[in-house]
Amino acid sequence: MTTLYAILIDGMIYASWLFMVAAGLTVIYGVMRILNMAHGSFYSIGAYTGASLVGWYFSGAQGAPYWSYALLLGAALVSGVVVGLLIEQGLLQFMYKRDEILMVIVTYALLLILEDATKLIFGVDPYFTFQPYSLLGRSEIGELTFANYDLALIAVAAVIGAACWLTLNRTHTGKVLRAVIQDREIAIAMGVNVKLMFAATFVVGTTLGAIAGALTAPAISVSPGIGVEVIVLAFAVVVVGGLGSIEGAIVGALLVGITRAAAVHLAPQIELFVIYGVMALVLAVRPQGLFGRDLARKI
Amino acid sequence: MKRTRSYLAPTALALAAAIGFSAPVTAAENGKFRVGIVTFLSGAAAGPFGVPSLNGAKLVIDALNEGKVPAPYGLKGINGLEIETVIVDENGGASKQVEEFRNLAERHKVDAVIGYISSGDCLAIAPVAEELKLTTVLFDCGTSRLFEENKAPTYVFRTGLDAAIDNIGAARYLIDSGRKLESVASIQQNYAWGHDSWGDFSAAIKQLKPGVKVTTEQLPKLFQGQYGAEISALSVSKPDVIHSSFWGGDMEAFVLQGNARGLFDKRTAVLTCGESALDRFKGQAPNGLVIGARGPFGAFAPENTLSTWFRTAYRSSAEMDPTYPAFKMAQAILGLKAAVEKAAGKPGVIPAKEEVARSFKGLSFESVSGTVRMARANGHQALQGIAYGEYKFDAKSDKATIANVKSYSGECVTPPDGTTAADWIKAGFPGAQCN
Repeated sequence: MTTLYAILIDGMIYASWLFMVAAGLTVIYGVMRILNMAHGSFYSIGAYTGASLVGWYFSGAQGAPYWSYALLLGAALVSGVVVGLLIEQGLLQFMYKRDEILMVIVTYALLLILEDATKLIFGVDPYFTFQPYSLLGRSEIGELTFANYDLALIAVAAVIGAACWLTLNRTHTGKVLRAVIQDREIAIAMGVNVKLMFAATFVVGTTLGAIAGALTAPAISVSPGIGVEVIVLAFAVVVVGGLGSIEGAIVGALLVGITRAAAVHLAPQIELFVIYGVMALVLAVRPQGLFGRDLARKI
Repeated sequence: MKRTRSYLAPTALALAAAIGFSAPVTAAENGKFRVGIVTFLSGAAAGPFGVPSLNGAKLVIDALNEGKVPAPYGLKGINGLEIETVIVDENGGASKQVEEFRNLAERHKVDAVIGYISSGDCLAIAPVAEELKLTTVLFDCGTSRLFEENKAPTYVFRTGLDAAIDNIGAARYLIDSGRKLESVASIQQNYAWGHDSWGDFSAAIKQLKPGVKVTTEQLPKLFQGQYGAEISALSVSKPDVIHSSFWGGDMEAFVLQGNARGLFDKRTAVLTCGESALDRFKGQAPNGLVIGARGPFGAFAPENTLSTWFRTAYRSSAEMDPTYPAFKMAQAILGLKAAVEKAAGKPGVIPAKEEVARSFKGLSFESVSGTVRMARANGHQALQGIAYGEYKFDAKSDKATIANVKSYSGECVTPPDGTTAADWIKAGFPGAQCN
């Protein structure tokens, strides 16, 4: 029984983290058809800026410790918006008509550049800013103890998921975005400012990546390479759920998270394999992912 | 064609100029002793290991060049010759390192190479060093396979210790400390280092205390960072002791997350690389956590003239205490200096590499961690003891110290020549000399 609820709670916590990491990736692909290899770098930038700011805040003890959560979110918002806007306006907007494969290579190059830039700016020493993680205390659930910060991340991921879904499905902006997703050319013909939509979508995607990084930073030691590590997992989640689908990212994250937690508890030797095993299984049955749509090819 | 020519000429000129400007002057030509220093300058191992070891290297080399290192290292530089360094980033994998090593030997014409943290890099470099006949001092990598696979080395030496010692020492410490030890669990990074460490530890603990049960063996991916499910699995399995060879950010994240969830409240954890984060845990590690430094290094280094000098100088230059990678790098440099000076006989000359290899073999030298004897692997592997102790954080002073330290001699924890660590443990540590 303990193992069963441990699997469920651990799976939910991991899934919420996976979803936060993958949400930006799937939003950008869904609207812009860009498989953004640099997404991990935005996660990393969010983690570094959040950790730096919180580290500075606690080293001076300027105010109430709970303000550190606002600092984390603020750091993520500012860094995500600024870097996302710079990249979209300075590079990507000139390449939108290029082939999807070329965009993969462009964003991969961007990943390498941003990884080195992060090292130049923040150095190679790990950042260990644990205070926001410890501050919320812990809760006992049955025989097990969980960090309240981890449990709070489930709620944050739910809010992000709901906000993305409601924006896409219940707002005017969402309708316009769906029109762009359905057919870019027709949307332009109907007077939609696709360039503006693309810029806004990219910035939202990068900011989601930065938020995931900033909220993860207090639980880990932020060190070079963390962005590269998460990008593979994020891809696994969006591929399972279906590229470009928010619902898919939620279900993909839950599937991967709970399966991985089950493997850790029941057969730890196969934990590394199980994430990619799930991905392979889903792709074998539904190559477009669980929520992916079959697309008619334009001639 | 015309267009091609117009690009070719300046390109060729630029290349020629670049080669000309970068062509190194050999040590013999410029009268300096040139050393290649290889350590992680980027990647996840840079922060916990690479940067401290490079800080240590710079400090010791500068001090040697200025003649400021205490006796017996008063002679400036190496044998009176100024040391100059070629620093190489270890990041990038074994193939890249082999290429870089060949560059150091053939292009930079270094007189010796000191380096390598990754065991994979050490295993790849050792045969190349022998092929190129270049004195190579491995300062940190711990793989037991190094001299099991390179059975008759001439130019390769390791002044750091074999990783098997970390785990045999940890097992002995746990037994001697009188803790409840009926069951043990493991969490290791899922690569050779983690598997080997757990293999040595579990074999040693079962040999020293038959009947110990293994409750769970967790093998998360390297640099995973999130250990929620693993911590639950460890808690559910209710072991008395948790063993881990985690290092760097993974170790810090595991300790932070585990402590926040009370994982260490009712059980002991032993971290074989724990000392490298002694000042970074900042009270997030529980008091009583058993930590090691992979030898008598860092906070475990004995007090002597050299270690006191090194600590003081490191603190004033890096504004923090030196951790074990810094000590190990300093030890490798001092070992090389001792070997070269013994081989040279008189100051101001660079002895032949064969002479250096002969004098390094079986050498005994003073170091920041006490006396080092190159007494294993036919004189190519350092023999030293190991110490473990308990983490203790004082919130008032915001400083961490180590309590209940216990040391084990090299002869107690090191397999003799001619036997592998696994066979020695399995046979019940024959010939071990423990106090």
